[in-house]
Amino acid sequence: MQNDVVLTMRGICKSFPGVRALHNVDFTLRSGEVHALMGENGAGKSTLIKVLTGVYGKDAGQIAIEGKEVAIRSPQDAQASGISTVYQEITLCPNLTVAENMFIGRDKSALVPWKEMERKAGELLRSLDIPARPKQQLSSCSLAVQQMIAIARAVDQHCKVLVLDEPTSSLDDNEVAMLFKLMRDLKSRGVGIVFVTHFLGQVYEISDRITVLRNGELVGEYKVEELPQLDLVSKMMGKELDDLSAISVSGKETGAKGETVYEAKGLSSAACPNPFDFHIAKGEVNGFTGLLGSGRSESVRAIFGADRVTGGSVTMNGQSVKVQKPIDAMRKGIAYLSEDRKDDGIIADLSVRENIILALQVMKGFGKPISQADAEAFADEYIKALEIKTASTDTPIKSLSGGNQQKVILARWLLTHPQYLILDEPTRGIDVGTKTEIQRLVLKLSSEGMSVTFISSEIEEMLRTCSRLIVMRDRHIVGELTGDALTQDNVMRTIAGGGN
Amino acid sequence: MKKKNGFFARNAQLIVPLLSILALIVFNLFRDPSFFSISLSVNNSGNTVLTGNLISILNGASELAVLAMGMTLVTAASGGQDISVGALAAIAGSVFVKVLRAGEITPVTVVVAFLLCCVVAMIFGVFNGTLVAVFKIQPMIATLVLYTCGRSIAYWINGGASPTVASPILTAIGSFIPGVPIPTPILIVALCGVIFALVFRFTTLRLYTQAVGINQRAARLNGINAVGIKILAFMILGICCAVSGCIAVARLGYLNHETVLLEIEMDAILAVAIGGNALGGGRFKMAGSVLGAYAIQTLTTTLYAMRVPSTAVKSYKAIVIILIVVIGSPMVKEAFGRMVGRIKAARADGKEAA
Repeated sequence: MQNDVVLTMRGICKSFPGVRALHNVDFTLRSGEVHALMGENGAGKSTLIKVLTGVYGKDAGQIAIEGKEVAIRSPQDAQASGISTVYQEITLCPNLTVAENMFIGRDKSALVPWKEMERKAGELLRSLDIPARPKQQLSSCSLAVQQMIAIARAVDQHCKVLVLDEPTSSLDDNEVAMLFKLMRDLKSRGVGIVFVTHFLGQVYEISDRITVLRNGELVGEYKVEELPQLDLVSKMMGKELDDLSAISVSGKETGAKGETVYEAKGLSSAACPNPFDFHIAKGEVNGFTGLLGSGRSESVRAIFGADRVTGGSVTMNGQSVKVQKPIDAMRKGIAYLSEDRKDDGIIADLSVRENIILALQVMKGFGKPISQADAEAFADEYIKALEIKTASTDTPIKSLSGGNQQKVILARWLLTHPQYLILDEPTRGIDVGTKTEIQRLVLKLSSEGMSVTFISSEIEEMLRTCSRLIVMRDRHIVGELTGDALTQDNVMRTIAGGGN
Repeated sequence: MKKKNGFFARNAQLIVPLLSILALIVFNLFRDPSFFSISLSVNNSGNTVLTGNLISILNGASELAVLAMGMTLVTAASGGQDISVGALAAIAGSVFVKVLRAGEITPVTVVVAFLLCCVVAMIFGVFNGTLVAVFKIQPMIATLVLYTCGRSIAYWINGGASPTVASPILTAIGSFIPGVPIPTPILIVALCGVIFALVFRFTTLRLYTQAVGINQRAARLNGINAVGIKILAFMILGICCAVSGCIAVARLGYLNHETVLLEIEMDAILAVAIGGNALGGGRFKMAGSVLGAYAIQTLTTTLYAMRVPSTAVKSYKAIVIILIVVIGSPMVKEAFGRMVGRIKAARADGKEAA
């Protein structure tokens, strides 16, 4: 491993109207290292990355590549300086082939040497051990492979600095392992990698150094081995953490406290073809777990009527009910926070206020608009209760950070006062602090009598909050764990199919 | 932390259409100060009425303004445009004429004729809306069907080239109500505006339309009937077509299915765009579109007042429209925002230094 500095950022400042996003931030990247950039929502990670990659101009400060100062005014400048970025959302063209995606738009010549391109793509894929064929259509590759192809495209442009913004947020464990292998390979070739993620475990698995930001300021740069996980979290949050484990105590106590609130028999939907049985009691927190694609989201979507319901009977509080579409479920007191915040959750251009009242408004009906004053009061109430960071209730939700957007959606559903709340990956892609807040909130709601189904990719999170876990594999429920059987080991074994 | 946006910030979208109207007015003032004189005079039928270029601009833009209101809603909900509005207005006008020619024209028959052509136009609106919302066809392609055949249908309804209708009641609708100095079409536009304002006030149409236009999947998961909202938008636009078709018939006293409100769909779309509404759907301001319609009409009237040959009017119009849309474009807005930011920063620095 070489250790010469490849990128230095000094005294970077950036303000947006009303917000100081970065203040005097330094960042140093050495070649052949993986450098994790950590911080809570709004700490300035994304802004720093966007300044580096030319999406935003900086207000002050210098950026130097290999000691030479560079002016980065556009993403093209950044690429010309050897800085490549792979964003969380893959920005390739799904309907083109792998080879086309790797080479298209790279030179200005109108003639495309197809054969040459495919040969080169094949070589690159082989050398990086990426399981894809050049002629394959991109959309037929898994998300992880698409991500790796985006990286391959970046790497082949002779980049010195590779920025990976939340590359693992939609990958499962195997895919993450594949990605890490690729990252280690690039490391050994001397590429400096900036790694932005919310998964603490992954930081410790792959990174050499960690830079922590908080409220737009630099907290410090640390070697991984000198910064234990707990210290990292407290540096990110700026306070001695009243340890995450402190809330775990209550987790196991949220057992069935009362009568069954919701019960489904033989429920199936267009997206969830295998009928399943499910029930939840008043004040219970349970969860669906399983690998990505195991059918856990599809199951809860069937409960909410989000996909076309194809069969099954549902009783709520002992009475038979029909749930065919979302509005039916909402009227029965079921709320569903969807997995995909961007596509299924937020109404990006509408204000925080409008996003908060939306579900309640729909339940009230077309002819009964909530008055401006009431809407304002509701929004204020939940902005305060959930500590949503927003400039005003008029701010479009798209300009909030991911965690705050999630809180707004949560507020939207809490405002409907549901008796049964379904949270599908509420903590994905948000910072540790908000994650803890959401887990606490779940436990508080259940203690007040609300039934909650909680889904998360992080098993620890589910073990902390749920008293019953339903394990899924290949679109079937393969087990149910309660009480003392709720251990990480057991969950893993059940998922893997080794019996329970 | 809690700061309410000011009136100015909330209505920033209206700046461009207002400025364009203002610029045209200033231009006309320099060109010919008498352009804006408004006077009371007695017309052919013996009514004392307001006359002048301003009045004829407001009057002449009526059909366009009503269509622009409906087009705004369709644009917001479906993220696309209806290019069949001119044809549908012709159909509606044709139904109107057909019913009126069936017997003696009385206030009752006029109301019946109007309601009937609203129903017909709404049915065609549902047809368009169904193609768009249920079959998920691009709005422009879906409405191409009616665009192509609409004027033939209008011809077929009456079976004649240009049937005429004449009655004092129609004159009252198309020009002046005796004793009222303001042209009736202007009043009709105002009435439509009031009706829309009331609908937005007493229903959730605005919120639902915007939610569906911005993120249909999320809207559905929040219990909104997205398909229904889109069809409803096309239905409402259908009613707008009926209103403007009837205005046109009442104004002219006859219906020429080939020329009535010809190519008005393009002006209606343009009005929506000049009004600062995203043609990709989502948030909208109907007032912007109405101002856009008046801007287009001001431009047309100005060109005619300048005695530009009618064959060349369109080229001049195009030049001005390029200016308006470029000024309203995201690039220019961004640059303007940066400039304002710099001025503010400079001012703040100045204060600090002092």
